[in-house]
Amino acid sequence: MIALSYPDHITATYYLILAAILFTIGAVGLLVRKNTLVMFMCIELMLNAANLTFVSYANAMNDISGQVIVFFTLVVAAAEVAVGLAIIIAIFRRRQSVSADDVDLLKG
Amino acid sequence: MEAVVFFVCAAAVIAGALGVIVGRNPVHSALFLLLTLVSIAVLYLQQHAALVAAIQIVVYASAIVVLFLFVITLLGVDKREVHDDGHPLQRVAAIVVGVLALSGILVLVHGNRWVTGLHSTRGVLGNADDPGNVKTLATSLFTDFVWAFEITAVLLVIAVVGSVVLARRSGHRPQVESAEDESQDERMSV
Repeated sequence: MIALSYPDHITATYYLILAAILFTIGAVGLLVRKNTLVMFMCIELMLNAANLTFVSYANAMNDISGQVIVFFTLVVAAAEVAVGLAIIIAIFRRRQSVSADDVDLLKG
Repeated sequence: MEAVVFFVCAAAVIAGALGVIVGRNPVHSALFLLLTLVSIAVLYLQQHAALVAAIQIVVYASAIVVLFLFVITLLGVDKREVHDDGHPLQRVAAIVVGVLALSGILVLVHGNRWVTGLHSTRGVLGNADDPGNVKTLATSLFTDFVWAFEITAVLLVIAVVGSVVLARRSGHRPQVESAEDESQDERMSV
């Protein structure tokens, strides 16, 4: 059983629980919000939860691979944000809005 | 001490994440995101990941959040944003799905039985002469993961070119604009 009393040593389980909570908040935000910019921030939250999990396992296993993979995740996140924000700007020019409800058609 | 730092940072992470999804103004959401990212960087520092923490600050907390703020101010969305009320069931359903997902992940985490097996196949995290494990990380990055490294370089180039193409004002060709500007300049000078 996961002990949640005040600990003298923080194990990987604590970090994993924190990452799970962070991921869930990001997923709920992605489902609830309509503003595409805030939806992008929620995706960043979920990516950060995954990164935290990688770093926690790297620390628990005493292996560097987890930290290397975090680098690749960061690069992919940066590329995703650049392209995604460019898409949002293009949509805004066309629709004068960044609400996800206004882009529910594949048609331009 | 370790526990104090962890619980303070965990509270900041969760508060920031809740602020991102609750805040009405996108600028506030971006600043709450900054709080979350910096707190996660502190948690990285605590787990012998100093270089990853530095990259987190430089790339995420600086570049990405500034890009978000730049786009928010460029679009001026906070003025035009409508009060987003979807279907009343949607919010409840999203929270129910979120709670279910959280309990599922916690069942997976339960007992933490995955932290077993072979240890340090690609290099140990930290030792006395390399406490920030920069050298170990670089060695692994440029030997074991060199193909992934090259492919992410290609991905970055594609993303930069793609975002420039997407964000360019479509319908106006740059040559035409520059020609108009030149003619306007000529008229101005005349």
